[in-house]
Amino acid sequence: MSAARHDLGPFAAGTLPLLFLGVLFLYPVLRLLLLSVEGGSLAAFEKAATDALYVGVLFETVKLSLIVAAICLALAYPVAYFLATASRVSAAIGFGCLLLPFWTSILVRTYAWTIVLGRNGLVNRLLVDLGLAAEPVPLLNNEIGVVVGMVHVLLPYMVFPIYAVMLRIDRDLAAAAAGLGASPWRVFTRVYFPLTLPGAFAGSVLVFVIALGFFVTPAILGGGRVITIGLLIEQQVRQFLDWPFAAALSALLLATALLIQGTFQRVLRGEARWH
Amino acid sequence: MALSRNRPSPQRRLVYVAAGVVFAFLLLPLVVILPVSFTSSDYLGFPPPGYSLRWYEAYFADPLWIAATLRSLAIAGAVTVLATALGTLLAFSIVRGRYPGRAVVSQIATAPLAVPTIVYSIAVYGLFSTLKLVGHWHGIALAHTVHALPFVVLIMGAALRTVDPAQEQAAMGLGASRLGAILRVTLPQLGPALVSSAFLAFISSFDELVIAMFLSGADMTLPKKMFDNIQMEIEPTVAAVAMLQIALAALVLALAARFGSGARVLN
Repeated sequence: MSAARHDLGPFAAGTLPLLFLGVLFLYPVLRLLLLSVEGGSLAAFEKAATDALYVGVLFETVKLSLIVAAICLALAYPVAYFLATASRVSAAIGFGCLLLPFWTSILVRTYAWTIVLGRNGLVNRLLVDLGLAAEPVPLLNNEIGVVVGMVHVLLPYMVFPIYAVMLRIDRDLAAAAAGLGASPWRVFTRVYFPLTLPGAFAGSVLVFVIALGFFVTPAILGGGRVITIGLLIEQQVRQFLDWPFAAALSALLLATALLIQGTFQRVLRGEARWH
Repeated sequence: MALSRNRPSPQRRLVYVAAGVVFAFLLLPLVVILPVSFTSSDYLGFPPPGYSLRWYEAYFADPLWIAATLRSLAIAGAVTVLATALGTLLAFSIVRGRYPGRAVVSQIATAPLAVPTIVYSIAVYGLFSTLKLVGHWHGIALAHTVHALPFVVLIMGAALRTVDPAQEQAAMGLGASRLGAILRVTLPQLGPALVSSAFLAFISSFDELVIAMFLSGADMTLPKKMFDNIQMEIEPTVAAVAMLQIALAALVLALAARFGSGARVLN
């Protein structure tokens, strides 16, 4: 079919949605980024990079995101393994446990954590009643609460890529290693685990990048004491109307997110080709 | 580690126990909110001192809560229609198109996923302030459509790749028009993916807070009203609203699993 090469039908189908994205997505984002260098000045970026207060916020955001990604990785691994290897019925139940919170709004889940972690919450009630703590332990309005809430929201994003990789692992490989005399631990560390690394890697990058831009969870569970870049951007726009600074922070956040995603996608793709 | 399905080794049992603990962690907040939403007390605490329906009654009796709910439903409904229609067109363009620059179009289609929501929120807030669109539900619906569009494109694109274009060509060879072939041959096979896309678009808008926070003004959406209530720690009405939203999520999940393309999208 020589006509297929000049077939513009599918392209025409995409013009309306492209126009929509151009006007309502690309244009406002570019417009915002340009605000950061308003008047040809880099003062807004200088402020973000030199003022100790703001550097502290950036550092806090990165630290928080790294902690969240590491905890998610540790928790997601057994879950993904369970989903990939358990019987059909067990795996379906597991998916239910994973997807119900996933489909519940971040706001509702974050709010629920205030009930679990609060002064009169479930955890503190247990700690005090069991005699493990003399008085309620502060679990809210600090980093602990924010980390717990963010891990809860981001965990599924770590499970899915690891699960997808585990599904593709040839079961005979582990059986072959065991048949050749490897102990179960050795089979895991030398055969199974290395094969799951691309999934763990992809999940970690995804979780880290999403965590960087988080707003709702630190806003509610941090109680104003944990300031991330997302909260800072909101504050600059709504309280101080400092658009150039908010735009500069946005540009930094966006550039970091894109850079990390771009780099690691290339690494992952390279690895896939190499195998 | 024996990897056969029927003989769980002790090591594997240990991993399964760990997975069970994580599942409990995932469900914990959802389970805890159930008794708390039925509390008879004016304050949040666990366990509640007594049980009543008073906070559910408070929600249904408060015109502001109901107005916020209806507003969020209207916005989510508009987003469902817009995002599903535009996203399906775009997926069709990307999967079936053979034009130069298709890779760029594909990048643009999923780009909203790569931009943190807070960044997009203030970007669209800046634009809509100059257009006097802040405070109108239409503005929120448009921004939420941008937010939902990539999901639709990904789901519909994946489904479209499984339909052989030769079927359309056969229908056209038998006298169907191009559009007729797409509508009568291709689209029916995309049903489950359309259902999944629609549910995802709906729930992504209905739950969205950050964009709505900037764009909603005095006429709040449901998440914005919940957020304000949580921040001010007013009373447990918000627990009842949260419980209703969990029930909605469970319903949507069940419907999506029954009629949607479900787990296939995840793989």
